[in-house]
Amino acid sequence: MTFDLNTLWFVLIAILFTGFFVLEGFDFGVGMLLPFLGKTDEERRRIINTIGPFWDGNEVWVLTAGGAMFAAFPHWYATLFSGFYLALLLMLVAMIVRGAAFEFRSKDRDPQWRATWDWMIFFGSAVPALLWGVAIGNLLKGVPIDANKHFVGGFFDLLSPYTLIAGVTLLLVFLTHGAIFLHLKSTRTIRHRAAVVVKAVGPVATVAIATFVVGTYAWTDSFARLGVNPGLVPVLAVAAMLGAGAFVHRNAMGWAFAMTCVAMALSVATVFMSLYPRVMVSSLNPDWSLTIYNASSTPYTLTVMSVVALIFVPIVLAYQGWTYWVFRHRVGPDTTLEY
Amino acid sequence: MDSLTLARWQFGITTVYHFFFVPLTLGLVWVVAGLHTAWVATRKPVYLKLTKFWGKLFLINFAMGVVTGIVQEFQFGMNWSEYSRYVGDVFGAPLAIEALVAFFLESTFLGIWIFGWDRLSSKVHLASIWLVAIGSNLSALWILIANSFMQQPVGYALRNGRAEMTSFLELVTNPHVFVQFPHVITGAMATAGFFILGISAWQLRQARDEENRAAFTLSFGIGATYGLIATVAVMVVGHSQAQYMMRIQPMKMAAAEALWDTENPAPMSLFTWGDERERRDKFAIKVPGLLSFLAYNRFEGEVRGIKDLQKSYEQQYGPGDYVPPVKWTYWTFRMMIGAGIVMLFLGAWAALAAFRRRATQSPRLLAVLVPAIALPYIANSAGWIFTEMGRQPWIVFGLQKTADAVSPTVTGGEVLFSLVVFTLLYGALMAVDIYLLRKYAKAGVTDINLHGALGAAPASALEGAR
Repeated sequence: MTFDLNTLWFVLIAILFTGFFVLEGFDFGVGMLLPFLGKTDEERRRIINTIGPFWDGNEVWVLTAGGAMFAAFPHWYATLFSGFYLALLLMLVAMIVRGAAFEFRSKDRDPQWRATWDWMIFFGSAVPALLWGVAIGNLLKGVPIDANKHFVGGFFDLLSPYTLIAGVTLLLVFLTHGAIFLHLKSTRTIRHRAAVVVKAVGPVATVAIATFVVGTYAWTDSFARLGVNPGLVPVLAVAAMLGAGAFVHRNAMGWAFAMTCVAMALSVATVFMSLYPRVMVSSLNPDWSLTIYNASSTPYTLTVMSVVALIFVPIVLAYQGWTYWVFRHRVGPDTTLEY
Repeated sequence: MDSLTLARWQFGITTVYHFFFVPLTLGLVWVVAGLHTAWVATRKPVYLKLTKFWGKLFLINFAMGVVTGIVQEFQFGMNWSEYSRYVGDVFGAPLAIEALVAFFLESTFLGIWIFGWDRLSSKVHLASIWLVAIGSNLSALWILIANSFMQQPVGYALRNGRAEMTSFLELVTNPHVFVQFPHVITGAMATAGFFILGISAWQLRQARDEENRAAFTLSFGIGATYGLIATVAVMVVGHSQAQYMMRIQPMKMAAAEALWDTENPAPMSLFTWGDERERRDKFAIKVPGLLSFLAYNRFEGEVRGIKDLQKSYEQQYGPGDYVPPVKWTYWTFRMMIGAGIVMLFLGAWAALAAFRRRATQSPRLLAVLVPAIALPYIANSAGWIFTEMGRQPWIVFGLQKTADAVSPTVTGGEVLFSLVVFTLLYGALMAVDIYLLRKYAKAGVTDINLHGALGAAPASALEGAR
């Protein structure tokens, strides 16, 4: 691995996706739990308000990742989004109704109105969680790409046992991650219910991850590429997930959350390491895969974008980190509710 | 319809819809920030109430701008993959920078503003809304840098079968940006001005209690001043933009005037009913020399017509039809300018009434300002349809044709399906959004909390009656 500009951008996009999975991961999880853990309107409002100040900023990570793919690897952007057309449409619809739902649900008192938007938040959180998993499965497994970098499959080519396992796994991981976050940000009843979810779903998510890892070795070329000893990163990812379980067991939820964040980040790293230097694997012919070289922008554009990214990514991290500090308090009966 | 036509409809519908919400965000945020500053500086309750009143309408509108913007980030890849491949090296950069530099800023600090009322010192909290204002307007700047490349490509070279960036500096200092960005921003401010005027007028017509009357008299004055100044500005910069366009895209301006033949001095059309296929007028009313005047600030000077330009484009770019849809460009150009002229008149009337402290004494003025909220929306939409359709057949002027830009692997059925889904979804959300805007606009300032949060649904009398 030579560390050139193309590799730098591969790493930067991995970082943007890490930001997305770690941050939006928990607010997707909280969104999925909303209709089940909030029994009354007051409780539901509190649940939404735990992610209220964050969800919009979190979502920008994926939009920036999309923009960065366009700027740094235009062929990746073009092939992926025209190829996964209907899946992406579904994801966009989910994200649109979800964003509208957060802003609109408490702006009218009609119970039917609120219940409808609450379910929109549920679907708007569950569908992208599932689809991102399916997308990752397909990136690892490979999709039909021809010699001209065109995706030549259809929507149903994206669905296979392996990619569906990937989807369900990610959904369960987000659910666990979100339940831990909710536990940290809520009080009394909701906190108690969140703990029940963590303890019930956490082990299932861990089993799902194991299944996914086995599937990855069986259905993709990760085994051939990473070898029997896959290196430190994937091993630490698994260790972090198990560590999260141990902390949950000892009721140290803060540490458990740190562990699920680490597990998420290292899992994204593992996925990108399995791909490198490819960005989309062709299932038709290995030579037709998109790589960080044949899909990329010019060195000039990559240089410009590197300067911008190296200045602004730390700034964004600083002010988003500050936001989490400002809104670190639990959302309880005394908190003024905005949403 | 083929997938090209459908993809164009989809881009048109999703973009016009997106830009239905964006201008109000861009223009209103400065007013909310100004009112919030006035509250922090003076501690007069009316400023806090107005900050929250307009702030809430701002948020309802902002949400729609954000969710419709998500589609914009991805649809170049979905429907226009060949465009993305051909110009991604240049066009992708401003789009990515917009997300990284501007979108993060506005989204994160908006969260802080909404939730920070009792968590932050009042000055830090105030700073957050200013950062939202800067972030959202910076966002517009980067998007217009991207769009300006489509209107007037600069800073690139054709190499390796695509457009490759050669100068980032040239890209961001594209002269087109300097005429387009001020036009869009002042247009956005005018939108906000008329939005504030219309709602204030509605409130004043209800002649409710003293508190509401005072608050909305003040709002009326702000809206009138802001709306009038912005309308004058949008016209002045629009005029220089049109003169600039005469030079870089003469075909767009010829189509805007349905000017078939080159003329000197050139007349300006007030009304033309023409035959687009035969390229001739059937019926027309024209003012002699006026087009030359608009183009060159004097009553003579050659303005090239559609037929001549078609010939010279054929020589330059090879055989093909280089004439944009004349009916669309001609009428959208007139809708934009017509709406602007009415806004100028109404803005002046409202500003005069506000200045003489007689805003509440003219029922006719108050009555007409409510539907006048629609005028800037008409102008904004018509303006974008004009400038984008007037560039056809090009997606990037002189560089790539729209027909060559569409995704080859996406089927017509898929595009049709997504077009239907987006149209229905957007339609439904638009209805909800307008319902909420009306509800909160009508609620007035009475129930607004002086302490803490913006608050969710008000327990107003209006709500009980719903």
